[in-house]
Formats: sequence, C-alpha cells, structure tokens
Amino acid sequence: MKRFLKIYMEKPELAALVLLIALIILFQVLSDGVFLNANNLRGIFGILPEIGLMVIGVTILMICGEFDLSVGSVFALMPMTLAVLMADGTPFILAFLAGMAVAAAIGFVNGFLTVKFNIPSFITTLGMLFIARSLTIVISGGFPPLLPVDLPNWLFTVFVGPGDLFRMSFVWFVVVALVASLMMSRTNFGNWIRATGGFLPAAQAMGIPTARVKIACFMLCSMLAGFAGMIQVLRLGSPLPSIGEGWELQAVAAAVIGGTALSGGIGAVLGGVIGAVLIRVIDNGLVLSQVDANWFKFAIGFLTIFAVVVNTWLAKRAKAIKVET
Amino acid sequence: MPQPIISVRNLHKWYSGVHALKDISLDFAPNEAVGLIGDNGAGKSTLINILSGAQQASEGEIFLDGRKAKIANPRDAMDLGIETIYQYNSMVPTMSISRNLFIGREPLKFSMLGLGIMDRRKMAEESVKAIADVELHLRSPDALVGELSGGQRQGVAIARAMHFKSKVMILDEPTNHLAVKETNKVIGFVRGLKDLGITGIFISHNIHHVFECCDRIVAMARGEVVLDKRTEDTNMDEIMDVL
Repeated sequence: MKRFLKIYMEKPELAALVLLIALIILFQVLSDGVFLNANNLRGIFGILPEIGLMVIGVTILMICGEFDLSVGSVFALMPMTLAVLMADGTPFILAFLAGMAVAAAIGFVNGFLTVKFNIPSFITTLGMLFIARSLTIVISGGFPPLLPVDLPNWLFTVFVGPGDLFRMSFVWFVVVALVASLMMSRTNFGNWIRATGGFLPAAQAMGIPTARVKIACFMLCSMLAGFAGMIQVLRLGSPLPSIGEGWELQAVAAAVIGGTALSGGIGAVLGGVIGAVLIRVIDNGLVLSQVDANWFKFAIGFLTIFAVVVNTWLAKRAKAIKVET
Repeated sequence: MPQPIISVRNLHKWYSGVHALKDISLDFAPNEAVGLIGDNGAGKSTLINILSGAQQASEGEIFLDGRKAKIANPRDAMDLGIETIYQYNSMVPTMSISRNLFIGREPLKFSMLGLGIMDRRKMAEESVKAIADVELHLRSPDALVGELSGGQRQGVAIARAMHFKSKVMILDEPTNHLAVKETNKVIGFVRGLKDLGITGIFISHNIHHVFECCDRIVAMARGEVVLDKRTEDTNMDEIMDVL
C-alpha cells in the first residue's frame, strides 16, 4: 500500500490531474450543467489541439533541460510561410513542407546556438521570439494574403466523431501525444532525452550524443509549434501575423502545471497534455460561469505556482515514506 | 611482465600553456589492481580522462592488448572494454536503476539507424541480475537512483561496469563522500576484481585506501610519474615523500 502511495505521489502529473477533475466538477456546477454538454465540449476540443500540440513539444524540450520562448512566433511564421507560398500558386503539400522546413530550421538554429556557444536557451530563444515574429510580418508584407478556397480542411479542421464532437485536429493531437509519450517511455531516444536533461555530465560520460539530442528536441518543439499554428490558421481561414502572441509562456505554464521541472529530467508528455487541457478548461469555464474573463491570466498564474508548490511538497512527502529500495 | 592490457606511450597533454601530462609511459598488466595517487593537479585525472575518452591526448599513443587504439570519445572506450566510474557519479538521479544501467546501450527490440524500441523486460531482468552480482540488495530495479545512498549508487555504477563485461575498470575517487562502511565495501570490491579477471585502476588521494586494495602503486606529481612500485616494496612514508 505504502509502496503504491509512494509511486503515485512521485508521479508529477498527478496533482494536475486531480486539479483538472476538481475544476471540471466546479465549472459543471457553476454553469448549471452547461459545461459538459456536447456543444461546449465541441468548443473546447476544437481549440485544445492548437495549444496542446505546442505544449507537447515544449514539455519534451524542457525534459531535455532546455527551454523555447520562440514557439509563439513560430506558431505564426509557419502558417504565414504557407499562406504566402500558396498565394503565389504553390500547391498545399509543397507549401506545407516549406513551412515545416522553416520551423525545423528555426529549431535547429535555436539548438545549434545554444549548444555550440553554451548560452542559456532562454537567451537564444528570446532573440528568436522577436526574429521569427518580425519575419512573419515582413513576409506578409504587412497585409496577410488570402488563403485559397481548396484547402485540405477535411484533414485538419472538419468535425468528426460521435455527434461531431471533435475536429480532425483533435485526432492529430491524440496521435501526436501518443507517439510522443511512447517515444519518451519506450525508445532509447526517450531515455537519452531524459538522461541529457536529468544530469548532463552522466549522459556525456555514457557516450550519449547530447548535442544532437538537444538540437533534435529543439527542432521537434519548433515543428510542433508550427504545425499547431497551421491548424489554427486553417480553422480561422486567415493567416494573422499576430497569432500565438503570449502562447510561449502559456505553453511553459501548461508544462509546469503538468509536473515538468524547469531544471530538466522530470516530467511527462501526459502531464503537459493535462496542463494544456487545464488551460482550455479554465478559459472556457470562467466564461460559462459568468466570471469576468479577465481573471483568466490570474488563474493560470495562480495554478502554475500552486502546481509547483504542491509537486515539491508531494515529492518531499514521497521521499519521507520509507520503503525498502 | 605478461603482455600488458593497456599501455600508454609518451603521453602529453597541454591545456593552454599548462603542461598537465609530461611524457607519461605506463603499462597495466591483466588482472592487476593499480592505485593511482597524487595531489590535486598532479595529472591523474587528466590521464584517466584520456583513457576513458572524456579528453584527448595532445601527443602520444595508447595500446590495448598490444594493438594501437584510438579513443576519441567515451563510447570508443566502452567499446574497447574500458568502463569508468566517476567520483561525481555517472548516474542520472531522476531515472530508474534499470534505465541508468543501460543509458546509451539500451537493448532494443527493433531499431532503425540506432534508434528503436527498448526491450524493457530484458532491461529489468538483467538489471536485477547485475545488481545481485555485486551483492547489492535492492528490491526493485524501478527505484529512482536519486533515492539511493552514495554507496548504493556507486554499487549500481559498478554493477553497470560489470554487466558490460569490462576488461579494465577505472574508478575515479569512488570513495569520496562515502560513509566508512560503504567505503569498505567499495574497497572490498576493488580487491575482488582480480578474481573476475578485470584490471582495476583505482584513483584516490587517500593513501590508506590504495594500500588496502592495490597490487601496485603509481604516484604522480606535477604531470609526471614519480613512483611506480609493487605495494609490498613501498610504504606510506616513501609515497608521502615523493608527492
């Protein structure tokens, strides 16, 4: 019994899950049962993948011991690249690949500079936040291009599932989350990521190519952010240069709420997903409960601090439970 | 002396202006437990870093079993059968014992370009066995390394080195920060290496520890070997004098 208690208390995503369930019940009551009805869930599930996909990448990068502030800007730059190319007559698939290549290149530059010059990723990606945002506006020419009508919306934004509860983007989100989660827990690459973030000297001493592991995580993070941005643009039908502003910090908050440590080595994709769901639930729940929506940021801020305090406390308690090792 | 398992010949290392290793030539016999001692900055860490692939020599050659060896990174050293146990502990505290045992050398069920799915059952089974082999009593290979004591962690590091059938085991200050009881365990282990056919290079600045478990003592000072004798042919005073 003690053993199980200890194992669960050591799971950093647990606190977030308990919090999520509590909030869902709270909002369900406050909104007179509107929160969990199909129409509202459709709204939540429709928007969730956009922050969710970004959070998955941010979580993995944070487990690897690094940090990316440029995801919000890449979120706008990737679909802008796609839209500008398509406005010039490029077919969707080529424009998509070009957009993803741009996102990957930004991730590579972030990682390369961070690793090669041994500077904090906070600095490299802060710089990239401005650079990528500026590029977005420059290539749009200050005026966002119109998207053509023959977009593959059937692949990304149409409603599917029982009662049309989900959009296709939700399927992408679930698949990416599952693959990312399995990558972290089942593959040797996941093991290397966790070792690199957990204790860099040990990872190096065991011959892990830590530089390459880090750069790969930066690229993955950037590509997921770009992909998420494209989904939002396809849903809105227009590539605005300002989308994703401030999302980089929401994504970090979601990862942290989900139990990922800023210092690296600790965390799980599932935790990040729960954190992302929490953010969407709060955003939506506050509106439904007729609370002034300006409390949204307050709630996110409070939860971030609260989650870390609870996790630290739980970890301490778990350590104090004596079971034979 | 039989064919040495490792020989280094005319090894030099410069760090921007500092001549850290000055023409070191040493032979390590198979099955020998060698104590490498010296003060801070004597060059002993540089020497073992070169053998374990963490650093490269500026000049000189390394031979393994009489063949010239190129050790460009830690992986090369491991592939040649040289395992190193570091003082700062080569374990990731936020990961489980079984994952730590196989970092960088995970058994894979299936792989492409070196990446693939880990065989977690094999990892669990083999880590239980590896831990039992060094007479460490741990109940679960899933426990986090961060929860183990310093001595237990060194035990796991040693179990890892044993599991991968090393020919040469370098122990870099393995008794630092350990309790007396745990220190004795590590020393007992170094003594036992002989029976397993493993050459041990034991780095320490505690002369007592070295005398307890080594066949031969090499002392270094200012980048040079200042003494190289069988343990029975020397004594602590002589070593103190040369250091």
